[in-house]
Amino acid sequence: MTSDDPRPPPRRRLSDALGPNALKGLFWQVLVVGIAVAVIAFLWSNTVTNLSARRITTGFAFLGREAGMPIADSLLSYNPRDSYLWAFAVGVANTLRVAVIGIVLATVLGTLVGISRLSANWLLSRLAAVYVETLRDIPLLLQLLFWYVLMQALPAARAAWRPFEGVFLSNRGLILPAIPVGSPQLWVLGTAVLGLAVFYLIRRWQIAQQMRDGKPRPAWPFAIGLIVALPALVSVLLGVSWTIEWPALRGFNFVGGLTLAPEYFALVIALVTYTSAFIAEIVRSGIQSVPRGQWDAANALGLRRSFMLRQIILPQALRVIVPPMTSQYLNLTKNSSLAVAIGYQDVVSIANTTLNQTGQAIEAIALIMAVFLTISLSISFFMNWYNSRIALVER
Amino acid sequence: MTAIADIPDAPRAARRPQIGNPVLRWLRTNLFSSIPNGILSVVLLAVLGKGIFSFVQWGIANAVWLTPANDSSACRAVRGVGACWAIIPEKYRFILFGTYPFDEQWRPALSVLVFITLFYVSTRRALWRRELAYLWIGALALISVLMWGGVFGLSFVSQDRWGGLPVTLILATFGLAFGFPLGILVALGRRSTLPAIRSLSVLYVELIRGVPLVSLLFMASVMFPLFMPNGFNIDKLLRAQIAIILFAGAYLAEVIRGGLQAVPRGQYEAADALGLSYWRKHRLIVLPQAIRHVIPPLVNTFIAFFKDTSLVLIIGIFDLLTTAKTAIIDPGWQQFSVEVYIFVAAIYFVFCFAMSRYSRSLEATGGR
Repeated sequence: MTSDDPRPPPRRRLSDALGPNALKGLFWQVLVVGIAVAVIAFLWSNTVTNLSARRITTGFAFLGREAGMPIADSLLSYNPRDSYLWAFAVGVANTLRVAVIGIVLATVLGTLVGISRLSANWLLSRLAAVYVETLRDIPLLLQLLFWYVLMQALPAARAAWRPFEGVFLSNRGLILPAIPVGSPQLWVLGTAVLGLAVFYLIRRWQIAQQMRDGKPRPAWPFAIGLIVALPALVSVLLGVSWTIEWPALRGFNFVGGLTLAPEYFALVIALVTYTSAFIAEIVRSGIQSVPRGQWDAANALGLRRSFMLRQIILPQALRVIVPPMTSQYLNLTKNSSLAVAIGYQDVVSIANTTLNQTGQAIEAIALIMAVFLTISLSISFFMNWYNSRIALVER
Repeated sequence: MTAIADIPDAPRAARRPQIGNPVLRWLRTNLFSSIPNGILSVVLLAVLGKGIFSFVQWGIANAVWLTPANDSSACRAVRGVGACWAIIPEKYRFILFGTYPFDEQWRPALSVLVFITLFYVSTRRALWRRELAYLWIGALALISVLMWGGVFGLSFVSQDRWGGLPVTLILATFGLAFGFPLGILVALGRRSTLPAIRSLSVLYVELIRGVPLVSLLFMASVMFPLFMPNGFNIDKLLRAQIAIILFAGAYLAEVIRGGLQAVPRGQYEAADALGLSYWRKHRLIVLPQAIRHVIPPLVNTFIAFFKDTSLVLIIGIFDLLTTAKTAIIDPGWQQFSVEVYIFVAAIYFVFCFAMSRYSRSLEATGGR
């Protein structure tokens, strides 16, 4: 876009800036802004009149009041006597629980399907293509309702399916064995996270060293030491118990274990399968965008296939993959709002109930928008940072 | 997006010399090129065979295809082992046309045909001329007459009785017909040198794209009445339609902006050198090139958007998905929702798959 012309641009004079073009521009801007302001003022005055006619007070004071709505499935502890503010927080936590798990699973599944589509195995690549085409061309809401109906059609708790020992699948959802996590266990997990962070720093230093002298340095002793051995040592020293809690059927319901409610389970399955079809296409186009010469060169060097993929193909493919992947993550997060259709209480569903109970439409919708704008901006901020890190540095 | 076609495939396993029986040769290169590949093929064949076998058992062998009117006893007898396709002939008129007066349902049926013809004609590249715009206006007017009636001896049918497939097609088509020009204006606004116009466009696009469509629909259904002067109330369908147009406008604007960026600078300069005004420059020179650049992503946006119209279910508008969901509330047929969802999924699939095939063919020819 930049020109190679070495001459400096002509100096602008005041008369240019206020010439007929500038006046025209000013006219258009005043016109458009004027229309926008007039429309907003019109809507605003109507709203104020309507609200006062209906005796609805505006403002966020209602957030402190007792919510009184039941929330069946929540990550944070909640009871109906809590405030609307806390109900919203519970809703946000539920939305994040779907979005984070969904993004991770959809990325894994989508990558697998995308690579399968490029497989030399005709059957595998055809199956992957059918998977992508089918899921992409059916509305997500329809798929969600379909999964939900299937969940409800599962046998009752007493006749639950047991694909593995301790795993129950019934119309109460998926019940898994779980390890109850209290504060001693959290200490061990904290050590593991710390170990991971230290390992990351060491690995960076190792790569920097290798860049200087070209000698590869093994990373695995540090990985085992910091991420496995250190937490294990802490666990033994503190005497933390890691007993697995096996779910069991008592009477009409399950006791113990981790329960994934049918609504949550259906929502995650629908979001993951739907989004993975789009991610598969992104991964495929990313891998195909790596010029054939790169494969040939790596083959000529006699590199192992896994090393070739990891060190040569993927870093180049990621440049093509990351930007569209960001929009898929955003889509998945926004699509989690479809939860309202099957009664999983995410932030949209809770805001909707609040709106019906209190009549505070503007505030409820403003809260939904604020939550999603914050999540969207954080995801795109993080992905843009990641993108700028992996982007091609042109000299 | 368009560049993918001219990039070579990922390498495939080295080809073996082509000798022997062509079938065996095909099997060898495509399924059994190496030992791991062979194992994978066998496992996949087994899983696929099992899947197809169970589906044939459930969907064809043990299925019930027809029952006497309003009698689901035959279906309930095979519940769990066979599909109940009999629910489709029983309920298809409700699923396709909702609560539209039964005797008048040829009118929405004809509207659907007009829509499909309109879409088909619009895909013919030889017909991309000014007359196509008039055809669109004529066809949309014809559909309004058919749906509403009240003239030419057709009885009047109010909007709250519309439902099913025509409503889905109306929401999608009008959403695009109005969202597209809106998108062009916003895309131009985003690239304008005038700061106020640019910031308004950016604000609009980011606000709409930053929030889920569900919340926009809630806004249309709950807040719109608050925005309007007292006593002035517009129909629920129209409110949803407005939300959908605003939504489509923001997404289309981003696609069109991409196209505008791809038009070489020289084209703008040449237009300026000819002394064309801003609007003539864009209408005659820039936009035709910009839109041609982004036809495949535009079609993809159309597909996404067509599917997204199903979200109006959440605010209780009787589109195709809502009528399907309502059809299975009937106590006698409640247990057979999977069959109804498969039927409706097939309808959506046909529309979206046709569009995506078309987009693929455009990609191959570069939109020319």
